[in-house]
Amino acid sequence: MTINEAQDELIEDFELFDEWESKYEYIIDLGKQLPDLSEEYKTDENIIKGCQSLVWLHAYMDGDLLKFEADSNAIIVKGLVNMLVKVLSGNKPEDIATADIYFMDRIGLHQHLAQTRSNGLASMLKQMRAYGVAFQAKTEK
Amino acid sequence: MMNTTNQFDITSIRNDFPILNEVINGKQLVYFDNAATTQKPRIVLDALSAYYEHYNANIHRGIHHLAEKATAAFEETRNRFQQFVNAALREEIIFTYGTTDGVNLVAQTYGRQFLSAGDEIIISTMEHHSNIVPWQMLCEEKGCVLRVIPINEDGELLMEAFEEMLSERTKFVSVVHVSNALGTINPVKEIVAKAHAVGAKVMLDGAQASSHLTIDVQDLDCDFYALSLHKIYGPTGMGVLYGKKELLDAMPPYRGGGEMIKEVTFEKTTYNELPYKFEAGTPNIGDVVAAKYALDYVDTITKPIIAAHENALLQYATQAVQEIEGLRVIGRAKEKVSVLSFVIAGVHHQDIGVLLDQQGIAVRTGHHCTQPLMQRFGITGTTRASFAVYNTMEEVDRFVAGLKKVVKMLA
Repeated sequence: MTINEAQDELIEDFELFDEWESKYEYIIDLGKQLPDLSEEYKTDENIIKGCQSLVWLHAYMDGDLLKFEADSNAIIVKGLVNMLVKVLSGNKPEDIATADIYFMDRIGLHQHLAQTRSNGLASMLKQMRAYGVAFQAKTEK
Repeated sequence: MMNTTNQFDITSIRNDFPILNEVINGKQLVYFDNAATTQKPRIVLDALSAYYEHYNANIHRGIHHLAEKATAAFEETRNRFQQFVNAALREEIIFTYGTTDGVNLVAQTYGRQFLSAGDEIIISTMEHHSNIVPWQMLCEEKGCVLRVIPINEDGELLMEAFEEMLSERTKFVSVVHVSNALGTINPVKEIVAKAHAVGAKVMLDGAQASSHLTIDVQDLDCDFYALSLHKIYGPTGMGVLYGKKELLDAMPPYRGGGEMIKEVTFEKTTYNELPYKFEAGTPNIGDVVAAKYALDYVDTITKPIIAAHENALLQYATQAVQEIEGLRVIGRAKEKVSVLSFVIAGVHHQDIGVLLDQQGIAVRTGHHCTQPLMQRFGITGTTRASFAVYNTMEEVDRFVAGLKKVVKMLA
């Protein structure tokens, strides 16, 4: 599945919900579904600090695909983190580096990507793209 | 507006605050983030626009009509503040950008001039970062030693520990009058007296206290008192530093520029007298002018009546949240203002904040700029509901119902 196909699938999933409760219950479920990141990857190096919650992001290459594992100590953020992982993980580094992330906006979750200090999500997306750029450079060597 | 008989009419008070009609996520706003900033009544908003529509001008130097009118209004606010904190002299009222600015001013002028290596500065565990960092910066520069008054489990200062800390090395004490994260009202009069007994000067951070408590700087006998208008139903970006005249006179200026000078030559500049010595540059005239109306608003209702209403809300809310399993109130001081801070076992505060927001309920979550205090309680943050004059019992009911729903969703 391409990045955009994954985004469209999430948008479609969320079209089923017309109330905030069901929308957020689904996000909470997504948070619960994301496996806890193994302790060995919960290092300071992998921490993305928000003002309130923490996000851990571990990136690695699997063949020519860049994969992500992530976690958060707040469940809604973890659900949103899961969505970003679903969309971006397992793609070519160059595609991740240049991905246009529109699903948050379309689902009506844009405030979670806003540049406030309250969560690390915007920083996480930036970091995922940065990994894309870094691994792209490595594979081109 | 309030009627003149001091009758507490919540409907008419709510009508004074247009923002309370906002609809957030399809629900009428419940604003419980008042410890962060209060909303502004219509008379303050009208005063702001009246200033810009009718008499905006730069002050003190102009000789035209508008400049005279703006200057008069600006200085009238100073008189009003003198009354509000009961300062002995009007020149003891310095306009600042807020409490943080006031603390920095004192640390950078009094602190740099009069403190030296080995001198001790005492703060407390419950300080806002604004009353920690400026002193740390000073300690780093001058080699002073920062000491911290511990607190008990209820969030009250351990006064015996404070007394043991005091010595001839103590040169400055800077503590918060009311804790923003816990609501604790500190025994500041006693702190001032004890610090003075060893010859130390005392600054009080009044950011949180000034909308709830009657402030009398002469009775407290504090040397400095800083506050922010945006927490007293006034505009943002404007505050006051009170200082005793003899100290302000002895302190060097803070920022250099226009207004704060008497005469400038390239060889030497002489400084203006108080309070202008500390007010370099064109001040925040519009907000200062409007600030007077915020004080009038508060004093018309009167602080004891505001405090009684807020305390009723606090008692009611504190009681109601007890029903929630795993909820622990952080800050159970005997003397506190209308701040309800809590944690819920197994639930991250940010999740609570996000889901309350979905229901149109604004609370604050996080460390409240008091990270060392959070560390003291072994937590990373709390959810904080804080109440103001315009809040109602019905809003508390909505908040408690909303919170129960949130806990159920996150379970």
